[in-house]
Amino acid sequence: MTATTVASTEEPRRAGPRRRPRGGLRQGAAGPLFVAPFMVLFLLMFLAPLGYAAYLSLFREKLIGGNAFVGLDNYVTALKDPLLRQGVTRVATFLVIQVPLMLLLALAFALALDSGLLRLARVIRLGIFVPYAVPSVVATLMWGYLYGPDFGPFAQLSEKLGLPAPHFLGDGWMPVSLANIVTWEFVGYNMIILYAALRTVPQELYEAAAMDGAGAWRTAWSIKLPALRPALLLTLLFSVIGSFQLFNEPKLLQPVAPDVIDNAYTANLYAYSLAFTGQQVNYSAAVSFFLGLVIVIFSYAVLFIANRRRTS
Amino acid sequence: MTSTTSPSTSRPAPRATTAGARRTARGQRRRSVGRRSTPLTIVMLAVLAYFLLPLFWLAVSSTKSTQDLFTTFGLWFSHAPQLLDNVRETLTHDDGVFLHWLLNTVLYSVGSALGAALLAAAAGYGFAKYRFRGNNAAFALVLGAIMIPTTALAIPTYLLFAKVDLVNTPWAIVLPSLVSPFGLYLMRIYAADAVPDSLLEAARIDGAGELRIFVTIALRLLAPGLVTVVLFTLVATWNNYFLPLIMLNDPKLYPVTVGLSSWASQAFGGGSGANSNMLALVVTGSLISVIPLVVAFLLLQRYWQSGLATGGVKQ
Repeated sequence: MTATTVASTEEPRRAGPRRRPRGGLRQGAAGPLFVAPFMVLFLLMFLAPLGYAAYLSLFREKLIGGNAFVGLDNYVTALKDPLLRQGVTRVATFLVIQVPLMLLLALAFALALDSGLLRLARVIRLGIFVPYAVPSVVATLMWGYLYGPDFGPFAQLSEKLGLPAPHFLGDGWMPVSLANIVTWEFVGYNMIILYAALRTVPQELYEAAAMDGAGAWRTAWSIKLPALRPALLLTLLFSVIGSFQLFNEPKLLQPVAPDVIDNAYTANLYAYSLAFTGQQVNYSAAVSFFLGLVIVIFSYAVLFIANRRRTS
Repeated sequence: MTSTTSPSTSRPAPRATTAGARRTARGQRRRSVGRRSTPLTIVMLAVLAYFLLPLFWLAVSSTKSTQDLFTTFGLWFSHAPQLLDNVRETLTHDDGVFLHWLLNTVLYSVGSALGAALLAAAAGYGFAKYRFRGNNAAFALVLGAIMIPTTALAIPTYLLFAKVDLVNTPWAIVLPSLVSPFGLYLMRIYAADAVPDSLLEAARIDGAGELRIFVTIALRLLAPGLVTVVLFTLVATWNNYFLPLIMLNDPKLYPVTVGLSSWASQAFGGGSGANSNMLALVVTGSLISVIPLVVAFLLLQRYWQSGLATGGVKQ
């Protein structure tokens, strides 16, 4: 009943005599009812699995006697697990290098497109964005073939030139090769978000800057970058979350480079292997939950730092 | 000096500086139109080449037989192009299983995208236009969920679905894809901007019920935001690999991504002999799976770009 009274203060006074609209919802109940279908599915598809993972992670399959409650034992094991640490460290290193690089490129492309100095701007914009629509499976297969030492065009070219073929799929190059695939896939998406945000900067601001004698660089620095802050934060957040989840690309390159990419190459790959090839469901749940926790902490740290910068 | 001749300002400039500002703005816009930068254009064309190179490789390679893939230069056509043969072979291999995969992908992704957009639109509209108890708390809860990695959720979801016998059914793919926290976020911002309260009040005075107002008025105003959410959920489901990989084990239910990767591992593992054509099939199948989404994005770009603009600006 409270919902009704709260909502009724919102109603315009003119509508006083109207009590019940013919057919359909009353205004007071409408808000919760519009929201309900989404929230119900959200509870089932987000919170229930999360809770279930938390529950499972507290047990362990015993050789005798089935599942036994072990408390936080699985988490203690996870913290000490060198394979998990290796995966998390690798992904974190990847993130610290690849994400800033990708976002800087996206920012540069967005500013170039917005500068009005480009010919064929539309074609260029859509061309850079197109990889986003390509499934990561296909992207990885394509780049895998391009990297290939046998019939990849890079290997073919260097063979023609009498140079040794580059080992894109070797141990040392693999992180770079993966970073290239991920960058190829997502630069355009980030660029479009930044570009779309740039297009909504009010024209008056540019006019005022021009009147004050600001050049193109000065306008970019003092007007465009501050206007991009929320959009940049959004892309940063998505990229951080995405990097920690790295799975498709290494998983698909695994058959071509089995010696380089092991089952714990990324944290996510490790959780997958534990559940589906190792049959360690409970431990896998703990690793998944732990990984989710790491990502949430990392994301909040990003948000926190960004917000502190803004206020100081 | 009439404002109608000025293409540069869409909104009226402030009173005092109107004439001066308009002149400067127009002059600047005109200057920059005349002064396109050739070096910058060349740099960006090189960038464009990098992004299109793999796709060009894919298009070229899908005209080759597996033998030619190994023996001819990767970035140019072979002497015996056979795109149509490859397409026919891809579609008919293994009793046309690829067609099954395509159809599955379309069903999963269109179903998820439409459902997710509708749910997000209703909820976003509800959050934006009504005040009720728990409004902000519920929205904050969903927003926080953007940070929960979908792959960390996937394994527990699998275990949960295994309990209720949903594993290895289309529902295992569609149900988790119906909830899009980012879609809700976009739709709430979009609804707050695009649906004026005065219009809703006018409709209420005319005696329209809330559901009818939503269906006949709000949904139309929300169209660009809806297209954005539809397209991005469509891509997410179309390109999804992790979820179907763990949820499905019947090849008849696979989407294209899982199917292609299974073919790819056959091509790598089998070597020559029985699977000698596999590589050409993987390449041609990849090309076929890429085309629909690219076309969708190109056709609908006006809508999704304006929809994204709203989401990227506000926080």
